[in-house]
Amino acid sequence: MAKSKSAYSTPSKFGKIDTHIIVVWVDNEASVLSRVVGLFSGRGYNIESLAVAEIDHKKNLSRITIVTTGTPQVIEQIVLQLKKLVPVHNVVNFKREDKKVIFKEMALLKIVANSIKIKKALNACKKYNPVILDQTNKSAVIQITALRREIDNMIKNLKPLGLVSASRTGAVAMTRGAEILN
Amino acid sequence: MPKSYSGAEIVFKCLEDQNVEHIFGYPGGAVLPIYDELKNHPTIKHILVRHEQGAGHAAEGYARSTGKPGVVLVTSGPGATNVVTALTDAYMDSVPLVCISGQVPTHLIGTDAFQECDTTGITRPCTKHNWLVKDINDLPRIMHEAFEVATTGRPGPVLVDIPKDIQFAKSKYSKPIKEKKNVTKNLNRFNQKNIDQLIDLMSKSKKPIFYTGGGVINSGPKASELLRELVSLTGFPITSTLQGLGSYPGNDNQFLGMLGMHGTYEANNAMHDCDLLINIGARFDDRITGKIDEFSPKSKKVHIDIDPSSINKIVKVDLSIVGDVSDVISSITKTLKKKKLNLEKSNKEKISKWWQQIEKWRTKQSLSFINSNTIIKPQYAVQRLYELTKDSDTYITTEVGQHQMWAAQHYKFDKPNRWMTSGGLGTMGYGLPAAIGVQVAHPKKLVVDIAGEASILMNMQEISTAVQYNLPIKIFILNNQYMGMVRQWQELLHEKNYSESYSKALPDFVKLAEAYGCVGIRAKDPSELDEKIEEMINTDRPVIFDCLVDQGENCFPMIPSGKPHNQMLLGPKDQEANKITGKGKALV
Repeated sequence: MAKSKSAYSTPSKFGKIDTHIIVVWVDNEASVLSRVVGLFSGRGYNIESLAVAEIDHKKNLSRITIVTTGTPQVIEQIVLQLKKLVPVHNVVNFKREDKKVIFKEMALLKIVANSIKIKKALNACKKYNPVILDQTNKSAVIQITALRREIDNMIKNLKPLGLVSASRTGAVAMTRGAEILN
Repeated sequence: MPKSYSGAEIVFKCLEDQNVEHIFGYPGGAVLPIYDELKNHPTIKHILVRHEQGAGHAAEGYARSTGKPGVVLVTSGPGATNVVTALTDAYMDSVPLVCISGQVPTHLIGTDAFQECDTTGITRPCTKHNWLVKDINDLPRIMHEAFEVATTGRPGPVLVDIPKDIQFAKSKYSKPIKEKKNVTKNLNRFNQKNIDQLIDLMSKSKKPIFYTGGGVINSGPKASELLRELVSLTGFPITSTLQGLGSYPGNDNQFLGMLGMHGTYEANNAMHDCDLLINIGARFDDRITGKIDEFSPKSKKVHIDIDPSSINKIVKVDLSIVGDVSDVISSITKTLKKKKLNLEKSNKEKISKWWQQIEKWRTKQSLSFINSNTIIKPQYAVQRLYELTKDSDTYITTEVGQHQMWAAQHYKFDKPNRWMTSGGLGTMGYGLPAAIGVQVAHPKKLVVDIAGEASILMNMQEISTAVQYNLPIKIFILNNQYMGMVRQWQELLHEKNYSESYSKALPDFVKLAEAYGCVGIRAKDPSELDEKIEEMINTDRPVIFDCLVDQGENCFPMIPSGKPHNQMLLGPKDQEANKITGKGKALV
């Protein structure tokens, strides 16, 4: 290795990178999302998807669901750094493989094709609770709910069947059973 | 009906209720209502700086030397952007600051109005939290919350952005409420079990070391007292980071000196070879650890910190204790005494070999340098300054560079809050305004900014502030005409290509001092140094001391980049003696 001229050390070992879903409860106030997102960009963390909306109008609470990747050390840092933000109430973190939690994402898929292809497309979506939200004789908008990867696959598979546009919500999460987060 | 107050009045009522005595600021269009109100509040003294960055650093010096939050008042746009460096500096070094900025009126926000900028957007990554006050009724609550956030847990800067129309608008005022939800998180989260585990590790250890940092200072003077008790109770060696200097007496035998890139040979080797490392209020900064993979490879690591996110951030530790340093230390000493382990005696034997080893490292005298009769060595200048000021409870600030490291190495602090330096951000231009802040807080004390000639020029304008308020700060410039640390790296790592590190057109600092209305003193010869330093100390006005030092001097010892603690580069004495070999050679 060439002699380092840097005043900083060179990076060494890298840990295994996992996908995690991080759920954050925040005060629904101005700029709270930019605080959360700014923390990710400022510290070089990754965001794969992000879903946010108010969940309790009375308490003025929003719930942010972030899909991210990182080594265990990075994920721990993300959680601890998020907890330090003043408007953040709670942070919960799940591994994607966690069986106790449901992860779902919704997608709207626009197909422009003849009716045969539209039918085929609808058929292909069967497993993912397809709902036709709009239909003309040469187009259809199909809503599906599925896991991220399943939607990734569907988008790939529907391309030959006339998929021209896709819009996705990003994953949201909920625990199974009677147990609640908060 | 309760009386209603204007936003500007509310700002001052909050400052009064928070016991603020000094604010550092600079007026401008968007804060004029607040400046207009200043005259009605005689308990609050405003210090007019010459540049908003100076206000920020002055408030930092004020905060670090008193433990109270520093308060800054600036206008919108350039006023706010100028203070960003100081806010970032305070964020990195955990200094409590409350910055109040003016903003264009709410109806003009977002229209690119005159002197408008997205202040809360710009300062979001460099504050603990910030607020844009859009409703006058929120102002009292936000102001009090700002002080609470700045001072609780790990301290840091906050900013409150107040549009001009809000400063005029009227509302009721409410006093601070003691218990606030949510804000006072990150406090003590340790229990007796953690303490017992630590004591178990301590009683088993044969090569222990305390590694302490700025957290001890931030925890208040009591933490330093408790630390001294703990260190003497255990008989363990102790080393400190740059920010922690002063929490333990620098000339005590158990103190190994500063550790890290320019730390002592004994401190760094002890960190490398120890079997128990107890980190108290430090954060495993990269200037401290050197190469992470080879950082203290044989030790069990304990980390005591108030900020849970500091733990396992850089170095994985075996035991973490989240809490305020003074609370944790007092728990430890209490338990130690209760268990009657009598570590001091029983341990003495166990760790006596360890002390023998440390004494061996000490014989290297890694801070030594080859002195001269003809030219002032910068280390010698700091040593003389120390000897001549050590008995008068002196406060030292620094700029950033070689002079800063020499000050840290050769000036021995024995009290906390006497040492103000920019560690995390490394802000050149910090020391002069910081000295102003310190002198404002301690008008009768001797305050010296150990400076370099390059750094000092970055905020030179603030000497005018010192003159205006009769603040007799002493600017002690180690003038080598180079950006010394840059020059040193270029010499060692870039084949002596001194690219842009020489200042060709330096001012005559003595004349400059006179132009500003203060006193200039120059020392060229080692024989006149003491006399000139005495003259500086005895001058009851601001002084710029131009100390012409050896241009080629390097700061040793040092850990070269990417190297672990036990591969230090020592000074010229040792290099001559050992005829440097191998990798070290490539670096000299």
